[in-house]
Amino acid sequence: MAKSVWSMCGMCSVRCPIRVEVEDGKIKWIEGNPYILKGALCAKGSAGHALVEDDERPHGPLIRTGPRGSGNWKLVTWDEAFDYVAEKLKKIKEKYGPESIMLSCRGGPFADLFKAFIHAIGSPNFSNHDSACGRNVHHAAKTIYGLGRKGFAYDIKNCKHLILFGRNLFEALRLAEANQVMDMLDKGGRLTYVDVRQTITGVKATRFFLVRPGTDYALALGMINEVLKQGAYDKEFVEKYVIGFDELCSFIEPYTAEWAAKECGVKPNAIKAFVKEINEDRPRVIFHPGWMLSRYHDSFYASRALQILNVLMGNIEVEGGQIFSKGPGDCGVKGLRSFDAQVPKPAAPRADLVGDKYKHWDKGPGIFHLFYEAMRTGKPYPIKALICYRHDPFNCFPDPESQKEALENVELLVSIDVHYSEFGWYSDVILPESTYLERENPIATQKGPKPRFIVRQRAIEPRLDTKACWEIFKGLADRLDIGQYFPFNTAEEMWNWQLEPTGYSIKDFEEKGFIPLTDKPIFYDRNNLEGKFKTPSGKIEFISQVLTEQGLPSLKPYESPQKPPKGQFRLVFGRTAVHTHGHTVNNPLLNELMPENAIWINKRVAARLDIKEGDWVDIISEGKKAVIRARITEFIHPEAVYMTHGFGREVPVQTRAYLAGASDQKLQRGLLNKTDPAGGGLCLCEKFVTIKKSVRNAKRRVEL
Amino acid sequence: MNKYLIYLDQKRCIGCHGCEIHCKVNKNLPVGPILCEISHEPLREIKGIPRTEFHFRSCYHCDDPECVKACPTGAMQKREDGIVFIEEDKCIGCMVCQKACPWHIPQLNPATNKAIKCDYCKDRIDAGLKPACVTKCATHALKFVELKPL
Repeated sequence: MAKSVWSMCGMCSVRCPIRVEVEDGKIKWIEGNPYILKGALCAKGSAGHALVEDDERPHGPLIRTGPRGSGNWKLVTWDEAFDYVAEKLKKIKEKYGPESIMLSCRGGPFADLFKAFIHAIGSPNFSNHDSACGRNVHHAAKTIYGLGRKGFAYDIKNCKHLILFGRNLFEALRLAEANQVMDMLDKGGRLTYVDVRQTITGVKATRFFLVRPGTDYALALGMINEVLKQGAYDKEFVEKYVIGFDELCSFIEPYTAEWAAKECGVKPNAIKAFVKEINEDRPRVIFHPGWMLSRYHDSFYASRALQILNVLMGNIEVEGGQIFSKGPGDCGVKGLRSFDAQVPKPAAPRADLVGDKYKHWDKGPGIFHLFYEAMRTGKPYPIKALICYRHDPFNCFPDPESQKEALENVELLVSIDVHYSEFGWYSDVILPESTYLERENPIATQKGPKPRFIVRQRAIEPRLDTKACWEIFKGLADRLDIGQYFPFNTAEEMWNWQLEPTGYSIKDFEEKGFIPLTDKPIFYDRNNLEGKFKTPSGKIEFISQVLTEQGLPSLKPYESPQKPPKGQFRLVFGRTAVHTHGHTVNNPLLNELMPENAIWINKRVAARLDIKEGDWVDIISEGKKAVIRARITEFIHPEAVYMTHGFGREVPVQTRAYLAGASDQKLQRGLLNKTDPAGGGLCLCEKFVTIKKSVRNAKRRVEL
Repeated sequence: MNKYLIYLDQKRCIGCHGCEIHCKVNKNLPVGPILCEISHEPLREIKGIPRTEFHFRSCYHCDDPECVKACPTGAMQKREDGIVFIEEDKCIGCMVCQKACPWHIPQLNPATNKAIKCDYCKDRIDAGLKPACVTKCATHALKFVELKPL
């Protein structure tokens, strides 16, 4: 008997809404939710079926028997695994205090449950991967608007000009967003793309700036200068809502379009013509503030400058601009009951010192990589247990070797994941989560101009001995005597408990797969936004009080990026539409599409190094070497070499992904300690590597 | 006379290769055969922007298909509406069809040892739906077009 199940994709963190057809317990069809995506799905979404069928993932709970990373495991029952972890955690709690236990995840709409779990243990140390991702963008938005990076939704479909600084949104793919951009372009909208190389997003652009790596901030400053010079901004809006405009005017004076053009390697007239265009198009102009912007030493300030441009365009709370994200409260609906809100807040300060020494950063998830410092030094106190849920620090953060050195001081490492992550392979216990098609998640709220409640429902029963995340945390919580914070035994009970204050029930998802909280987009009165900006002043702060108090500049003088030494190149990385970081490289169908990565080298540079398309190339970085094939293109800046992130995996049981291609993060030696003091993000493009033609390109054959 | 055509809107295609996987999953194909393919030209600078074009190719469903003529068992057939398809029960996996096709479009499915090719998902069409690749195209760049005589 065939049935149709509403759910959410789980192949990447976008979590597109899907409809799944199931017959006799098998997946027959997966498509994008017709009400939201009109069926659209990406390659990864369709390959979910192959993930379920893949045997190269943990078949049940595993406890390590050999040394860390040896790959010697004992397959155990869930009871054994839960008892083992709970007993270790209890001992650690007794000896070092509850705050020595930390949990990290990959953020997202379900984090409430995991936060509640670690807080219920008595530890404040909840974290996520974001300091290697969007933290700079998040903190930049906070210092401007007092709102995080999700505080606004971008009404791309109705905008006239979208400007993307390296936000490669046709490859780091979010389907709803990609379709909005396509619709905008179909209507004659303009797309300006800035990057150190050409991408599929840039291919669709109406204007393209190929810039010298590390000069995004310079280009944004030059644009601000030209906007002010041409008077191409919303004077009324700025006067009404902005603090620090005069300071901006005097700060920006030296950063002319001519200066920026020279610094970035573009034409000054192109910047001027661009500003003329946006002047025609504003306020329907959106400067995307960046996504994965843990890149350069000044990425935080680059993102801030892009937000300043947004404000100058006056694009806030207008169609085709940035629209305040609305929640249930804006629709007259009570919010979901929160797990974390039931738990008393732990008293101890965070071990990453966020909120303490680092008052300018968001305490929510803090800064993950700063915990390594606590592990290494035992200060402010030791970290003795690390639970990573759906988070692979060795794939996500630079220099896994340095991470392992710090982890030697940690007594218990637990990986909760669908796959063998690289961290999981090294850890002490693997608690395998069911694939997204075989599990439920708590109900979540999706904020935006049209907020909704969303849910992931189980389409099929687990094929292997795995559990849903809520079952795993519940199983551990019961054994740690904190089960009272998770008062449910089935998914349905959990959902009802969450939904109870809202007046909705799980049945309300049946029609569309989500619960819409409004029919029409909700707009605040743009002339009366008082109280909407959560900065200390309640205004948009070009000069941020929080940064000033922390002794940091709000408008930082530009410093030109260092030129790579001779024979070296700046290693930059990015995404492809067919893989999600390292999570999908071993998926049989996606592996067939792209089994390994290549190193992109500028054509003239390659000629100088005698490297031809397809040659093997050595990439060398402080005692680390990777050998992959060359891709030669004239459309990458000569100072940069590029590779797609996620490859070079070293989990032997993942036979397809094992040692296929190269890993950027393993070449990023020393970058674990390079934190942006203002933004909190890592600076992952601040690495020079040596490139040379490999001796593996042998011309003669010795063997028969 | 062919009744149907799959058309790619160049402007909307982002070369995400989703169609290839939508097809494979719908046909339950293992690693190996790929029944539709997205390809692109090398980048070329046009008015300051490096550009490329994406192409979609599956089966041409020829008016006078060589594969149908070459098939020794009558498994390869052409429907009234123009769809060229394989009746799986009759196929012996000899792959003469692949050799006969000027583009070698039919492929061997290693899971069944029979030939397989694009049939516009005829079961879906007969149920009033569109082919898998079109239905799930990530940016709705692929269109299933019904041809009408002028």
